[in-house]
Amino acid sequence: MADTLTGPAPETAAPVPEFPMARAAGCPFDPPPALQAQQDEGRLVKVRLWDGSTPWLVTRYEDQRALLLDPRVSADITSPGYPLQAPSNGKNNISFILMDDPEHARLRRMVTAPFAVKRVEALRPGVQKIVDDLIDDMLTVGGPVDLVQAFALPVPSLVICRLLGVPYADHDFFQENSKTLITRDAAIEDRMAAHGRLLGYLDELMGEKVADPGDDLLSGLVGRVESGELSRQDVAQMGVLLLLAGHETTANMIALGTLALLEHPDQFALLRDTDDPKLVASAVEELLRYLSIVHGGRRRAALEDIEIAGQVIRAGEGVIMPNDIANRDPEAFADPDRLDLTRDARRHVAFGFGVHQCLGQPLARMELQVVYSTLYRRIPTLRLAAEVDGLPFKHDGSVYGVYELPVTW
Amino acid sequence: MRVELDEPKCVASGQCVMAAPEVFDQRDEDGIAFLLEEKPAADSLDDVREAVAICPAAAIRLVEQ
Repeated sequence: MADTLTGPAPETAAPVPEFPMARAAGCPFDPPPALQAQQDEGRLVKVRLWDGSTPWLVTRYEDQRALLLDPRVSADITSPGYPLQAPSNGKNNISFILMDDPEHARLRRMVTAPFAVKRVEALRPGVQKIVDDLIDDMLTVGGPVDLVQAFALPVPSLVICRLLGVPYADHDFFQENSKTLITRDAAIEDRMAAHGRLLGYLDELMGEKVADPGDDLLSGLVGRVESGELSRQDVAQMGVLLLLAGHETTANMIALGTLALLEHPDQFALLRDTDDPKLVASAVEELLRYLSIVHGGRRRAALEDIEIAGQVIRAGEGVIMPNDIANRDPEAFADPDRLDLTRDARRHVAFGFGVHQCLGQPLARMELQVVYSTLYRRIPTLRLAAEVDGLPFKHDGSVYGVYELPVTW
Repeated sequence: MRVELDEPKCVASGQCVMAAPEVFDQRDEDGIAFLLEEKPAADSLDDVREAVAICPAAAIRLVEQ
């Protein structure tokens, strides 16, 4: 009968691809070829996650921006259909990045002040000093060194510790536990235990701030507990979130960015030989776009039916938006697979888009500007002390990068 | 041309201040944006258009007078 032909094509017509997808061997900076193929096709497809669920995959720049702005999509991890990155206990203990407005906005606005552009700019001389001192240490010790341990991790860890009011002396403890928390393949028990230790640590630190408050962010939040605006648990969760987001992401941009530049000597030379802050700022935006280290995909659940790209996403269905592929969309960036530090890349979505866009981005930018404008100028003969193909890449993390980067000069 | 800023939508990302520092600034208490100049000079309009494009919350509009 004719009406039997009018229904949608059966979903079994094409196999559902697995997500996340693998990068190609020998192309450590490029998104997985299967993601690229989906973007070339342009339409939305379903993908299969570790738990068998099949959310929609959105790959085009404009489609991702539209959805990430849409109040009909939820970032709440407990919303029906939310595409989980790893096993969860069904509760949100990661704070406001996994909440919707108005509660998300209420909590976010309590921590945004120190990340405002002018406040961050005032920290620049202190960051320059941190960077110069660490480079002095590397030059004293001599190469080869692991750039991750000697430089890429300490820079943002020292900065976020100072801003939050966390003792840097504890960095081994929180770096180790953060690493477990963001490793996708770690057992749920291990991740929960790591998170529990970090929450306990922050709670203890809050006690010290009550007795002896400073002018740091954590002391300010403790004041809001005393006024009844926040619970101790809220503050511990926010503290863990900021501590983790403050050092893991920037550290990976420093190490992976350096590797990308060493693999593109003409671009390395541009940064090494310049003292133009505009070129440095432009280089930071381009490296953010090109590397897009938060590569697990921004994840949301539809609260209502949403029509986009000729497809209806139904209420209760999940959506995954990998920003790394959006930042390689030829409709948004000409010749997108080329690293070109002189292009205007400011419209990239490496920090996400919508109300959840990274609140630490002015700080991340300033740190990277100081690092990229100093490291290669002071060590102009910097080079890899290992084969690229043998480097341990973070394929298993929710933030991409390298676990180690042996360099010498 | 006139700039409109929908303050309740602002998420304090600071993108507008970076794109057009002569037109936008942020409040001390929470980083929420405010306008320094409602009717920007002609040579600031490209910067404002960039701010409109990169504001993650779509909180900025540039409207004809």
